[in-house]
Amino acid sequence: MTAAAPLGEFVARAQAGGALVVQPRMGFSDPATMRAGLAATKAAAATTVGTITLDSYTRVGDDEAVARALRERTPLNGYPIVALPRSTSQAVLDGLRDATFPVQVRHGSATPDRIFAALIELGLDATEGGPVSYCLPYSRTPLREAVASWRRSCRLLAATAGRGAAPHLESFGGCMLGQLCPPGLLVAITLLEALFFVQHGLRSISLSYAQQQNPEQDRQALAALRRLAGELLPGVEWHIVLYAYMGVYPRTQGGAMRLLGAAAELAVGAGAARLIVKTAAEAHRIPTIADNVEALELAAGRAARAARRDDRGPGDEPDDEVYLEARALVEAVAGLDPDVGRALLTAFGRGLLDVPFCLHPDNAGRTRSYVDDRGWLRWSDTGAMPIPAARPGRPTGRLTAAGLLAALSGVQRRYDEGAR
Amino acid sequence: MNITQSPAGPSILVTGTSSDSHTWNLVYLQLLLEEAGCRVTNLGACVPPVLVAAECLARDPDLVVVSSVNGHGGADGLRLIEVLRAQPDLAGTPVVIGGKLATDGLRNVGLVRRLRAAGYDAVFDNGDLARFRTLISRLSARVAS
Ligand code: B12
Repeated sequence: MTAAAPLGEFVARAQAGGALVVQPRMGFSDPATMRAGLAATKAAAATTVGTITLDSYTRVGDDEAVARALRERTPLNGYPIVALPRSTSQAVLDGLRDATFPVQVRHGSATPDRIFAALIELGLDATEGGPVSYCLPYSRTPLREAVASWRRSCRLLAATAGRGAAPHLESFGGCMLGQLCPPGLLVAITLLEALFFVQHGLRSISLSYAQQQNPEQDRQALAALRRLAGELLPGVEWHIVLYAYMGVYPRTQGGAMRLLGAAAELAVGAGAARLIVKTAAEAHRIPTIADNVEALELAAGRAARAARRDDRGPGDEPDDEVYLEARALVEAVAGLDPDVGRALLTAFGRGLLDVPFCLHPDNAGRTRSYVDDRGWLRWSDTGAMPIPAARPGRPTGRLTAAGLLAALSGVQRRYDEGAR
Repeated sequence: MNITQSPAGPSILVTGTSSDSHTWNLVYLQLLLEEAGCRVTNLGACVPPVLVAAECLARDPDLVVVSSVNGHGGADGLRLIEVLRAQPDLAGTPVVIGGKLATDGLRNVGLVRRLRAAGYDAVFDNGDLARFRTLISRLSARVAS
């Protein structure tokens, strides 16, 4: 086995040295292309972590469909790590994953038992997801089954510690549905998933947050996340990973790159250690290797020139709105049951956590959000969540298809304006 | 699942494909169809073909709208229509599909032809909404008369 860099340690070292770690969301079904993608990520002029993103059939466990696609050479939207022979995947990683280049497996599976088993067999030790964030937006699997599977999977991964591996798990909770979820709930879900990971033995984790529509609100959210992580995760190695905008992306090259640049600046300014980039192809198709390298280098360049975080950020104020909302949610849920998994089930069952616009059968579906005229995400209906009810000035009319599309495409519109 | 009532209009089943977890497309289509006076049942994401077939048999919709954007829509769409058309009671049910059906973002003439040949009544590759609205207003007129 190669002496690979543990992801948590690698990121901490980069952050201490003043570099933002940048990472693609890259996955190809052809092993040679996958290897070329990892090699290009490693060679990019940036401090990078490699990514193997898995295809949707592997995510939902549809072996037959993977087998058919491989047989008929139909391109998949990611790398089928479970179906391909381990020797093939070893050859993909061989010589690339080393002390300067950790590799993370990204999937989106509500029941990841076989994915975890496969990556552990390959000597990989970094992946991501969570019982809520990979269930509600990614499946129709009952939340109860996802919690049970993630419990088993976390323990399996945690048990590799010391055997040449330094397991790292990232919560995807800060990206719920990609867009239109007010930050207080995003921050609460990623923290609750982190507590779940820690309860099942993990000691190196990352907490996520996705760039939304207003930089000031994003800075508040990241400050709240940092502060709450400090309070809730003593003795755990953790860092914050920011995702470049996860909603409807600008269609122009110029707009897409400007939005990515803004994400890099936000990451540096708000103390995130790692950034998951998006490419100029995002609005159109699966990005190529070249699209990814361009995005990695642009983000790294912008980060290197950006101003460092000011330690007296707005999040350190006691009355910060996102902080108070996230803390209220985490406390209400954690107080339900000493077992975090059971607490999450009860919370969703009672609508104490309730993701707006989420169609999953185990989500209560009584909350609604909107984008205000400054681009802040706000609640128009808080349902049964234990947070202050919506403020005056919220839209009261019925949501229309055009209204939804306008809210979803606000960022695209602003960044495409005047760009090519 | 999400069901809305608007007594007179056509009844429409909206569904994602078996491997696709995107839902904003489904929420959007539901609102659009409701505004056009349709009654919509939205099955949500990652729906296996057998479940779509069972819902069709139970509800006898005037139209089934399949939406996929994750890049597997072509392959998933073919498997789904095979299962639906294999049911004698669903042989004549109108079924359309649309979204981003492949991973390369190109209009794929061959794929559209294969989907039509396999039994889809219309294919909206790269989500052609103007043509879709025309289809819905025709359907509404037919159901109302
Ligand atoms: C938000 C988002 C997500 C969210 C989804 C949350 C959720 N529950 O919905 C999350 C983060 C979870 C996600 C996950 C993934 N995503 Co995604 N996602 C997006 C994103 C950024 C926006 C999609 C969106 O919300 N659009 C808003 C809705 C209203 O518009 P729409 O979906 O485009 O649909 C419009 C038309 O297509 C049309 N339409 C759609 N269906 C139909 C049907 C008919 C009949 C008609 C007439 C019209 C029609 O109507 C809509 C309005 O115009 C897009 C990229 C982008 N557009 O910027 C990628 C994108 C769709 N995702 C993509 C992929 C590949 C994935 C993943 C597989 C991960 C990965 N490898 O990157 C997983 C999916 C896993 C799975 N099992 O399927 C790809 C698909 C590539 C392709 N088709 O070539 C895209 C294009 C990004 C990219 N460039 O790689 N995603």
